[in-house]
Amino acid sequence: MKILVAVKRVVDYAVKIRVKPDKTGVDTQNVKMSMNPFCEIALEEALRIKEAGFAKEVVAVSIGPSQCVDTLRTGLAMGADRGIHVETNSSFLPLTIAKILKSLAEFENPGLIFLGKQAIDDDCNQTGQMVAALLGWPQATFASKVVLDKDKHVATVDREVDGGLETLCVDLPAVITTDLRLNQPRYASLPNIMKAKSKPIKKMTVQDLKVDVKSDIEILQVTEPPQRKSGVMVSSVDELIDKLRNEAHVV
Amino acid sequence: MHRFLVKLSSSSNQFRSFKNHRLLLPLLPSSKPFTSSPSVSSSPPRHSNRSWYPYSVELFRKISPLSSNSRTLGVNGRGISSEAGRESIEYDVLIVGAGPAGLSAAMRLKQLSQEKNVDLSVCVVEKGAEVGGHIISGNVFEPVALDELLPHWRQEHTPIKIPASSDKFWFLTKDRAISLPSPFDNKGNYVISLSQLVRWLGGKAEELGTEIYPGFSASEVLYDASDKVVGIATKDMGISKDGSKKENFQPGVDIKGRVTLFAEGCRGSLSERIIKKYKLREEVNAQHQTYALGIKEVWEIDESKHNPGEVVHTLGWPLDRKTYGGSFLYHMNDRQVALGLVVALNYHNPFLNPYEEFQKLKHHPAIKRILEGGTVLQYGARTLNEGGFQSIPYPVFPGGAIIGCSAGFLNVPKIKGTHTAMKSGMLAAEAAFGVLHEGINMNTYWDNLKDSWVWKELYAARNYRPAFEYGLLPGLAVSAMEHYILKGKVPFTLKHGKADHEATNLARKCTPIEYPKPDGVLSFDVPTSLYRSNTNHDHDQPSHLRLRDPKIPEKVNFPEYAAPESRYCPARVYEYVEDEEGKPKLQINAQNCLHCKACDIKDPKQNIEWTVPEGGGGPAYSLV
Repeated sequence: MKILVAVKRVVDYAVKIRVKPDKTGVDTQNVKMSMNPFCEIALEEALRIKEAGFAKEVVAVSIGPSQCVDTLRTGLAMGADRGIHVETNSSFLPLTIAKILKSLAEFENPGLIFLGKQAIDDDCNQTGQMVAALLGWPQATFASKVVLDKDKHVATVDREVDGGLETLCVDLPAVITTDLRLNQPRYASLPNIMKAKSKPIKKMTVQDLKVDVKSDIEILQVTEPPQRKSGVMVSSVDELIDKLRNEAHVV
Repeated sequence: MHRFLVKLSSSSNQFRSFKNHRLLLPLLPSSKPFTSSPSVSSSPPRHSNRSWYPYSVELFRKISPLSSNSRTLGVNGRGISSEAGRESIEYDVLIVGAGPAGLSAAMRLKQLSQEKNVDLSVCVVEKGAEVGGHIISGNVFEPVALDELLPHWRQEHTPIKIPASSDKFWFLTKDRAISLPSPFDNKGNYVISLSQLVRWLGGKAEELGTEIYPGFSASEVLYDASDKVVGIATKDMGISKDGSKKENFQPGVDIKGRVTLFAEGCRGSLSERIIKKYKLREEVNAQHQTYALGIKEVWEIDESKHNPGEVVHTLGWPLDRKTYGGSFLYHMNDRQVALGLVVALNYHNPFLNPYEEFQKLKHHPAIKRILEGGTVLQYGARTLNEGGFQSIPYPVFPGGAIIGCSAGFLNVPKIKGTHTAMKSGMLAAEAAFGVLHEGINMNTYWDNLKDSWVWKELYAARNYRPAFEYGLLPGLAVSAMEHYILKGKVPFTLKHGKADHEATNLARKCTPIEYPKPDGVLSFDVPTSLYRSNTNHDHDQPSHLRLRDPKIPEKVNFPEYAAPESRYCPARVYEYVEDEEGKPKLQINAQNCLHCKACDIKDPKQNIEWTVPEGGGGPAYSLV
């Protein structure tokens, strides 16, 4: 079985971001970029499944500018067998990404597609679900535990939902998106980083995949959230009620 | 003139391997907070001459298909051998630190290899997550060394864009800025971000075939049986705070070089150990190194106030007449200005807080009017060398050499160290190439340094800084004399005063300093500033700041010196909190660390040892 893992190159989680002065987006110039933490968890799970003998190959795919190759190399250094880079300078929204991944899945025929539950730059939490819907495959999102049954071709997945944990059994092929508690991703060791240099990364374009990238959504403006106003100290309960009623209008 | 001493070991082979085994354990505690955990002490002993000891070991992780004691060919025919779960990779030259010195050395080696048609493998390890991520400097760059290294750099797309257009020098009092004739001449120099320049240099080095591995911190020096340096060991990753191995434990790797160059920057952790071990200062009768702490912000200011290329230096306020230091304000491109305060670490008053002095500086009318309406983009801090000529150690040891600020080539009156660091890297590379290709001795590096412009420049600049031992006015007087008349051509060399950590007076003899609260617009609290440095470390790892004696902070630092580490650390790593009995207890927030090394330098009893954390941790500088 082949496992396809989608990894996204995002602004590193520890970096302080700021909005560009022209309000068209976040300033990503000279900013440290890394693999999305949830994508790392997805890749780690795929690698563990391969090491347990359930899969033959782990393929990492990334969609974006030329620097995505660095992200893919990190993935290869962690243990993925090969990479696919869909090169584009546009910043695509989840539906377009999902269409690209669908096209790739039809091309590669994986038994499982792993994604992070969401990217930390846009927090969309949409791509995995959309890929499953486009392919008509079952989906198990927010996975905190994945157990494969090779003979029955199913995966039993514990999902972290608002009410607690939900256990689903999905037929393969399926789409699984990973949540934080699923595993702790491995560090790429230096020898593995060296070996990863010779692993193949295939370059493709959206035209190769015959995907229509026209988006129905246009980003008009990006602004910083308003500055948090400092709190007001009140001196009595009456004053508090007065403020709640007359200023905040909540009682 | 100075002999290159070969250190002969007098101990037996047995002792040698045992000693190296200690060096190779994952955690080397010189003091021992967390290693009493059984999971660490149960790790199998590993001997340096591992190939002679066939024994079965417990493998705590699945290793790659390389079998024990086997050598296979890795990338480019590199020898990769693995024994007992720990891999060893060999190069011709290993360079520790991807800064200006390290990258210049790597590039020079590759250039020589190409010229002479020789294949030399060069590896650079870097503890920052990215090349340039731990690089911070003023910086008004003098391109003399770059002109030698890459003569056609001006035809390329580089981050060196803004020529210095003016040299202003102000003496600050609380309210005024008095213009003085500038002792600096920056014509021909450029206002840059050194982090950006180093990133570009890294790209050039890789183009030439250097292998650069960011995200790996060198935690131990490796020695062979004759006490010669053969390489470094990278730090184990995935060890938890209590010392046990986490799920994602990854043992470090031994990287060996036929020549190893240490380019760790000012107060490099391994360089300091090497200097002590081989007594490299005593070798040439060098004085101790003296240091300053630089704290810097990059601001994006109003277009109308921005004047690209303008270079301003100040002296005086907020520092008093007994504390050496000053500030800088450089206008870069894109409406950015670099603003910083440099405070010499031989200050006397333990209540001095360099970070707060910097916040005060920003409120000075002459500075405030430039910053108003602007936003801070990035913050950082780093110590720098001020010892100059008098403090240069003998930089060659068995197995390699020390280059750049780890040795200490900063020109203090010019406040520039990048050009000399680069040149020292280039000279060391030429010597190393000779060692590997022609069999000459590495001390050629020392000889070539002494014949180069680095030596002339540092010799001429040697008396400026020590003159300030006598106070601000005598220092200025001597500086003026040196600058206009003497130019270093005097038969004497002034000496440095006490070592920085010894210069701190007892708290009871000094007056506490009251610092104003930050206003959140021009001045900020430490957490806000720290956030702007993009600093992060995995929190679940043992503290990389080691106390040689864990009782000293509460016994000496707090009562006698009023806890100076809680004041000079620009990242608020050291805090005293009350324990259950209401007594002050030192809390080390290692996760905040900016890797500036001020604590290693200024701790009164030299009790704090800065060691490397897991690779990839630390600040993520890009504009400073």
